[in-house]
Amino acid sequence: MNKPIVAWWFLAPALLVLGIFFLLPVLVGFALSLTDYDLYALADLHNLRFVGLHNYWELLHRPLFWAALGHTLYFVAVGVPLSMLASLGAALLLNSPLSKARAFFRTALFAPVVTTVVAVAVIWRYLFNPKYGVVNFVLMHLGMHPIDWLGDPRWAMPMIILFAVWKNFGYAMIILLAGLQAIPQDLYEAARIDGASIWRQFRHITLPSLSPILLLVSILTVSGYFQLFAEPYVITEGGPLQSTESVLYLMYDEGFKYWNMGTASAVAFLLFVLMFAVTALMWRAGEAEAAR
Amino acid sequence: MRILRAPGCLALALGLLLSACSHPSADTRTLEFWTIGREGEAVAKLLPEFQREHPGIRIRMQQVPLTAAHEKLLTAYAGGSLPDLIQIGNTWIPEFAALHALQPLDAQVAQSSEVRAADYFPTVWATNRIDGALYGIPWYVDTRLLFYRVDLLREAGFDSPPRDWAQWQRQMDAIRVKSAGKRWGALLPTNEYDQLLALALQEHAPLLRDGGRYGNFESAGFKRALSFYVGLYERGDVPAYTNIQVGNPWEEFGRGAFVFYLSGPWNIGEFRKRLPPAQQGEWSTAPLPGPDGPGDSVAYGSSLAIPAASRNKPGAWLLIEYLSRPRVQQRFYELLGDLPPRRSAWEAGALRADPKLHAFREQLERLQPAPPVPEWEQIVNMMQDTAARAIAGQSTIDQAAARMNAQADAILAKRRWVLDRGAPSLREKATIQGRTSRMQRASNEAL
Repeated sequence: MNKPIVAWWFLAPALLVLGIFFLLPVLVGFALSLTDYDLYALADLHNLRFVGLHNYWELLHRPLFWAALGHTLYFVAVGVPLSMLASLGAALLLNSPLSKARAFFRTALFAPVVTTVVAVAVIWRYLFNPKYGVVNFVLMHLGMHPIDWLGDPRWAMPMIILFAVWKNFGYAMIILLAGLQAIPQDLYEAARIDGASIWRQFRHITLPSLSPILLLVSILTVSGYFQLFAEPYVITEGGPLQSTESVLYLMYDEGFKYWNMGTASAVAFLLFVLMFAVTALMWRAGEAEAAR
Repeated sequence: MRILRAPGCLALALGLLLSACSHPSADTRTLEFWTIGREGEAVAKLLPEFQREHPGIRIRMQQVPLTAAHEKLLTAYAGGSLPDLIQIGNTWIPEFAALHALQPLDAQVAQSSEVRAADYFPTVWATNRIDGALYGIPWYVDTRLLFYRVDLLREAGFDSPPRDWAQWQRQMDAIRVKSAGKRWGALLPTNEYDQLLALALQEHAPLLRDGGRYGNFESAGFKRALSFYVGLYERGDVPAYTNIQVGNPWEEFGRGAFVFYLSGPWNIGEFRKRLPPAQQGEWSTAPLPGPDGPGDSVAYGSSLAIPAASRNKPGAWLLIEYLSRPRVQQRFYELLGDLPPRRSAWEAGALRADPKLHAFREQLERLQPAPPVPEWEQIVNMMQDTAARAIAGQSTIDQAAARMNAQADAILAKRRWVLDRGAPSLREKATIQGRTSRMQRASNEAL
């Protein structure tokens, strides 16, 4: 047997699994987004129409879709940098030679990641209760006005962002911590002998050494944050006034609540295209940075 | 791989749904019964007697959580794995009837000595009848009316609960003024559609028109209900709170943060459990005030239905008959507080004696159903989202009504197409094949 054929045989199991469980469903999903598959079609396939790009056209003319997209972008644009800063900051603190009880803090900071969203959300609803919540109690003691976190459309999303950052930063923190520990200590030693300040050590040793991991972590975080769903689902149910309804939430409502599978698939594909574009851009930017 | 999760997930789920699963209970002597929410626990306590009467039937119960029930039933239908007997919300029946997922029960009822149609509250019975066929037997009824604080209402200068909207408004204004803003008149969470729906149904203006082809939200009746509803918030009688903001309405009711609470029968049990014994004499229930005189309310409830694919229809019907006996329904009420749908069950025991139930008994004779179209869930959620924006001052009543109509028309577009296409195809098929087209039946739930 010649070499390429052997290679294909080795690839076959992976390709098969990928094809059946990934490629095929995606193709079916795309095909579905070109139809008006819904309850009536479920009852009788004669009620299924091929509608071309009509679902997409309709969505682009729907204010709720644009609102949901706006909320999602807001969440990503504010949440990702915050989350990254929190992860990096926590990782730096944990990695510092001055830090005490490192194992304890590492576990404590990672703990939110492994908690159940629903259970934690219930507690957050109590914390942020406008009348009895601890958060407003503290705000009032600091002489600030209490905030209607759950009822004011302007504040609901910041609360969701805060929740998501708190819940997720530990994951990236662990990866970054591993990256920090892999940086050779002699680089820092040499820099210190040359008289470099802490900031310059960070800027010229830590960041460049960490950049491949930072890129990976930021792509993971961005793609995770684009799929905002569980947090508003359990804390605000998309409200108040649909101010925390995300693109994925819209897809859930359309697909699983109202069974408009055609529309839901179109929403999913639009989100996919958006996420693909954003992460591809990030990848490109990362590669260009590395080449420089 | 992670970035592709959203569409992949959906497509994968669909693939799974569309592939037919094998039916779990092949043995005709087992009876698989799905209940929703807490009903399952209570019904388990009623079953031993049924088992004694029918030792040959082995019942397998499954409790579906309320929040997931609708999706679970739909996916089970799509996957061909519906059980032998289901509990189903009566507002979902049009949808499942359109899917031909349910077995018509007219023949069984005609022969039954236990289930007698005339004994049931007529509106509740009618919600199970789609296009002339009966798809479910009402199991319990559920409606919305006023819970109120007797002591606080008296403090504001009124001895009896309101009979109509004008009185209700006067009472709430008085409560607000006399308590110097410490109390609200009522709590109507802005993310719950039941309250506006009940007020709208009182106007007897159909919410959809032309056999459920178009929205009818710009009718004078609906606009009156909407402006009364939005007006309550504007006057400051009702706080513009969602139920998430309120958190614990029972405790707030006990504290006297509001005097009226528009809610359902399960709250009788909740208030008894959650309020201290000293406060039990201070709250009561009253029928829902209407535009002029006592008004209608929503005809909710759950029914028992037999899926068309059931493997044990005779067994399922026996269990329906057993659970429909007035005596069993009285025990069901004692276990859970669910209100029986038949009048004879109300004639004895706690149901007759409990003064807090009198208002419900009265209200059950004045009910209105929601429009029986499969898209109703989507339409009513859209109605409430739009109304909440009007409450927030983002639109006027007229704008909100127009927006509701436009959105309802968009939601109903497919239904119009199916209906309009269905009519000629029915005529063709009737002459050629001499039988009713499946599709016509699917879409003919006229209002």
